[in-house]
Amino acid sequence: MTAPRDKFGRPVVVVTGMGIMTSLGAGKDDNWAKLVAGESGIRTITRFPVEGLKTTMAGTVDFVSVDPFSSTGLSERMAEIVTQEALEQAGIGAKADFPGPLFLAVAPVEVEWPQRRELGRAVGAQDFNYDDLLRISGGGKYTAYHHRFMFGSVAAHLAETFGTKGSPISLSTACASGATSIQLGVEAIRRGETDAALCVATDGTVNPEALVRFSLLSALSTQNDPPQAASRPFSKNRDGFVMAEGAGALVLESYEAATARGAKILGVIAGCGELTDSFHRTRSSPDGKPIIGCMNKTLADAGMTPDQIDHINAHGTATPENDKMEFNTTSAVFGELAQKIPVTSNKSMVGHTISAAGAVEAIFSLLTLEHQRIPPTINYETPDPTILFNVVGNKARDARVTAVMSNSFGFGGQNASLILTREPA
Amino acid sequence: MTDIASKPGQTEVWITGIGLATSLGEGLDANWAALQEKRINVDEKGFAPYIVHPLMPVSFDSQIPKKGDQRQMEAWQRIGTYAAGLALDSAGIKGNKDILSKIDMVVAAGGGERDLNVDTGVLTAEAKGANAPGFLNERLMSDLRPTLFLAQLSNLLAGNIAIVHGLGGTSRTFMGEEVAGADAARIALARIASGESDIALVGGSHNGERKDLLVLYEFGDFNLKDKFAPVWARKDHAGFALGSAGAFLVLESRAHAEARGAKPYAKLSSVVADLARRRQPGDMTATLEKLWAKLPKREGKGAIITGATGAEPATSEERGFLKGHADFPVRSTGTMFGHTMETQFPLGIALAALSISRGALFPPNDSTGTEIEMQGAPTQIVVVGAGHWRGEGMALVEAVG
Repeated sequence: MTAPRDKFGRPVVVVTGMGIMTSLGAGKDDNWAKLVAGESGIRTITRFPVEGLKTTMAGTVDFVSVDPFSSTGLSERMAEIVTQEALEQAGIGAKADFPGPLFLAVAPVEVEWPQRRELGRAVGAQDFNYDDLLRISGGGKYTAYHHRFMFGSVAAHLAETFGTKGSPISLSTACASGATSIQLGVEAIRRGETDAALCVATDGTVNPEALVRFSLLSALSTQNDPPQAASRPFSKNRDGFVMAEGAGALVLESYEAATARGAKILGVIAGCGELTDSFHRTRSSPDGKPIIGCMNKTLADAGMTPDQIDHINAHGTATPENDKMEFNTTSAVFGELAQKIPVTSNKSMVGHTISAAGAVEAIFSLLTLEHQRIPPTINYETPDPTILFNVVGNKARDARVTAVMSNSFGFGGQNASLILTREPA
Repeated sequence: MTDIASKPGQTEVWITGIGLATSLGEGLDANWAALQEKRINVDEKGFAPYIVHPLMPVSFDSQIPKKGDQRQMEAWQRIGTYAAGLALDSAGIKGNKDILSKIDMVVAAGGGERDLNVDTGVLTAEAKGANAPGFLNERLMSDLRPTLFLAQLSNLLAGNIAIVHGLGGTSRTFMGEEVAGADAARIALARIASGESDIALVGGSHNGERKDLLVLYEFGDFNLKDKFAPVWARKDHAGFALGSAGAFLVLESRAHAEARGAKPYAKLSSVVADLARRRQPGDMTATLEKLWAKLPKREGKGAIITGATGAEPATSEERGFLKGHADFPVRSTGTMFGHTMETQFPLGIALAALSISRGALFPPNDSTGTEIEMQGAPTQIVVVGAGHWRGEGMALVEAVG
């Protein structure tokens, strides 16, 4: 029997439920099967016209219907489905009565083009300005749009649906958001505020303006044909990330509470760390110190040393800068081990699920621990000779995996890492 | 790390820095003076028929020296980065690399300032018949400024603060309108009180002078129109007047503050928050009552500073709650500063700490009798923040004993 507290005397935080959705499909089974088979969820966008766009593919979730459609509506629906899956697996609480708080990673919310266009048409004139839009916005016709486009609307909906306790937190740390939602849950349990937390991350923002925004920052791959080959982490010919949709939900519990109720433990969140980079809005500090510090903090938080990590689930966006930076910083932390530890990037197959990525990849890491099999990094045909990672290229690999580091780095200097283990340390 | 479990919740948390840039002015003295003079800054013309509380112009250069940095931000981020700098100054840690390299940041943010010209350009062209499938894509590709995205992203307020002021600890951005401000303070407090963190910068900023925001709130008929009135006098003319403001606090463990000789304005004893279901009349009142009961016992000379919006039915629900505590003098920040959304709660904490440190609650400004005079120095102030649509928060700010 392992102690319910870690070596720092804090409650051990375990995972007892997981739900996932990506462009590969819905649910853990479907996603895992396709992931280890090396399938890609990236396809040419059909949701809206792609004429005039430099990037015409994405990892969209097209099998979930939302009416009327909005990116926020899709984010909400996906979050609901993955939460349902996670709760069913955890078997915790009662229906609509989850015994803990909600931490939701969600993309920033704003009025979207279909609604803006509806408003424009409602003005009923050929020439108008914002005052004319404003004049017709009130009167109750668009009340539903107020609710839809509140930043807190997705969290409020989930909290009401699943009966989470207290004030649900909606958060954004850009591409690290999913990891941050888990970190907030871990901290709440470690502080003894709660025995359980629901950590959800969702992103359904493949829409024209979001695509254009990333495109204008030259962040996206333009290797549109074939779309499945666009996302090329660690390859010499990588040229950017691929936008994608998805969601992940994790039920976190204290080891003590989980074992007391006889719950099956799926894994342990052994360590979390984050460190801000104040160098630039979109670029990492050239010396990599904040990322190095982030990984070191995470190891320290887990009370582990680099040699205890036997797999890295990389941020691996396939932008020229990220992958190189990730190798350099990982090398600074892990030394020669950085070239030995098997590394993979789930983004090669599911794309970059942005706000959801940290949670989606944490779940894939936990599934890796469960199956003792590392999903491949596909499209790894021309390795970048300067990135000397031991990349699990193209084919899944059986391996003894006891501890995984999962990294997330985002715009605004956001860096977050997690260490996930099979058993409490 | 090891003392996390050994003394949970034992650490007293001080407010050692306050930064304010509001419609009443910048800095603590200017805001305090305006409150004493019951001066309100509203613009009834610029966005007519809507009323907003515009930012009192500040010289951004003094806190954001690089023009390049200023250009990378939209107004809400400039206001916040500016106010954050004032808070660091106020705490005496501006430029202190040792502290700034580890300070934890929790920011409450909205985001998304639109380029109104791009939006109307697309919509009017479509009204005139532009209907090619790729029309929107092409216009956005050619008309959107590449850096606008970064000025829209919620977490880029924190990002800009980190860049401009050299913060290198952790950075978390909470969204979700009013209660995001309460949750930011709640989490920062919990982390310091438990020993996870020693010092944190907490706050938010809001640009209320935005037509795109007016459109969003007009969807729900939430905007105050035609004529300004104090929050409590809007019952038959409901709504909020958006306000521009940045409000940041430096929260610090007592031990950390004492070790560097920092003086507290007040201590932050408790922050609680909840999500009332708001299905039936009285639901929100009951939740506020529940939060009130969760706060530590109040035995001193108390007052309430609320961010009540003026929107209905939330304001009437809150009035119901306040009636049960009529012995507490009440002040509405919405009347004086407008509704600054995510920023309203940190603003409330800031004014509570300021009032305690100056030994007086600022005077009432209300025609309905809801706000009454207070004699003597407040030692305990409850900050209330109930969202116009969802979310309720409460904090207890106390004099340091």
